[in-house]
Amino acid sequence: MTSMYLDLIRIRFLMMLAYRVNYYSGIVIYAVNIGAYFFFWHAIYGDQEAIRGFTLAQMTTYVAVTWMARAFYFNNLDREIANEVRDGSVAIQFIRPYNYLLVKLFQGFGEGLFRLLLFMTPGLVVVCLIFPIELPRDPAVWLLYAVMLVFSFIINAELNLLTGMGAFYIENVDGLLRMKRVFIDLFSGVLVPIALFPGWLAALSEWLPFQAIAYLPSAVFTGRSTGDEALAAIGLQAAWAVVLIIPIMLMWRAARKRLFVQGG
Amino acid sequence: MMFYLGLMWEYFKNYAKTRLTYRADFWIEVVSDLAFQAINLIVILIAFRHTPTLGGWTEAEVVFVFGYFMVPYGIFSCFFDLWNFSERYIVKGEMDRVLTRPAHNLFQILLENMYPPGLIGSFVGLVIMAVTARQMGMTFDWTDLVMLLVLTAGAVMVYFGLYTALTAIGFFTDAPTGILPLMFNLQSYGRYPVTIYNRTMRFVLTWLLPFAFVGVYPASYFLERSGAADLRMALLTPAVGLVFTAIGLVVWNIGVKRYRGAGS
Repeated sequence: MTSMYLDLIRIRFLMMLAYRVNYYSGIVIYAVNIGAYFFFWHAIYGDQEAIRGFTLAQMTTYVAVTWMARAFYFNNLDREIANEVRDGSVAIQFIRPYNYLLVKLFQGFGEGLFRLLLFMTPGLVVVCLIFPIELPRDPAVWLLYAVMLVFSFIINAELNLLTGMGAFYIENVDGLLRMKRVFIDLFSGVLVPIALFPGWLAALSEWLPFQAIAYLPSAVFTGRSTGDEALAAIGLQAAWAVVLIIPIMLMWRAARKRLFVQGG
Repeated sequence: MMFYLGLMWEYFKNYAKTRLTYRADFWIEVVSDLAFQAINLIVILIAFRHTPTLGGWTEAEVVFVFGYFMVPYGIFSCFFDLWNFSERYIVKGEMDRVLTRPAHNLFQILLENMYPPGLIGSFVGLVIMAVTARQMGMTFDWTDLVMLLVLTAGAVMVYFGLYTALTAIGFFTDAPTGILPLMFNLQSYGRYPVTIYNRTMRFVLTWLLPFAFVGVYPASYFLERSGAADLRMALLTPAVGLVFTAIGLVVWNIGVKRYRGAGS
């Protein structure tokens, strides 16, 4: 049983490895995006020492590490599910002796492993060479950050499962999935750290699961959250990871009853 | 000429017919396109809550440039965006069909990929420009209107030339190169004042991949802050557009000569 899911990780990892060349350009694209925000924040800071407790050095590190974390946790599970619902192949998945959502999750994990080793890690090295980034010196921070990254992946994957299942209800979800993506980029703190949001928006973000994907881990990595605050952040991530299972289960039960396969 | 205009109208009618069958999709697509721009605007608005100026530019000026950036981009994405070219026309060999017809091949391909909802972004851009222009107390007369048309035409030609040349790479290699996604990310540099970048980036954005000419340079023609140097850059826009359009067409025609079909 477990070995079946482990195999799914392995297969997806190998599949990604076969197309690894596509990801070299990905590293350049991420560096380009980091560069855009690097210059942008540089100009925003001007002569200011710190904004809302973020020094410029911290901000640079934040931008770089957040984008590289995105390189790791990002996946297209939502689109994969939507496509399988649309072309009807999800019907075959239903007959097979496994849990479809778990299959997707583990496939996503295989992809994440690939992205961690061949995208995020070399990307971070490249980015460190280009931009003035301060890596944490305390090994405990690295350890905390590693744990938090796993939760980032889980929460993001859960949200992807949820939105992907939207395809059971709406025939064409492409636009919605695209919208969700930019929405998450904003509310997870990839584009702007949540600490810089205006008061009401920051308050709203604190009650949403998205900050657990990017902002919380990066705040620990840049040394903004330390000690108990960091542990509380992990606790919050864990809580969201568990809580999100509930809507997924509910939606999954309803979706199975609703499924109709178009064409054949 | 009449022949081409007639073709354009027929293609448009065809497009409208296929899209009207799925009206809801159409609007979701429009909204999700705008959501992407809206999030970028929100980033600018949030950043300006922490600084009065960005590299010497006020909020209204930066947002004005942002609005201007959307205008040529919308026109480009409506008429000249060939995102899927390599996959559809080279790998699947649809280019064969196009080449057997009497109209110019590039013209046919552009029409087949026409995307009228893109223009809505241009209108939103104009609205943003109008709102910020009011804030700054800018006055417009008819020469400004003429210049807006000329500069926007220049900016669209920059897009057209650059992307046509890059799309034509598909004729030389059928492997995905990742260059187009890279360009799409890089072009967002053009909507911020170039003065915030370092020398290398400024040079690249002005002369090599002239994305500054699709945003900040032409937009600064209308701003009061602009000195003689800014005006000179703004007036260069049509020239740069012509040069890049020529390059794009030459590369394209060389590419088409190399096309050998996909077999089967």
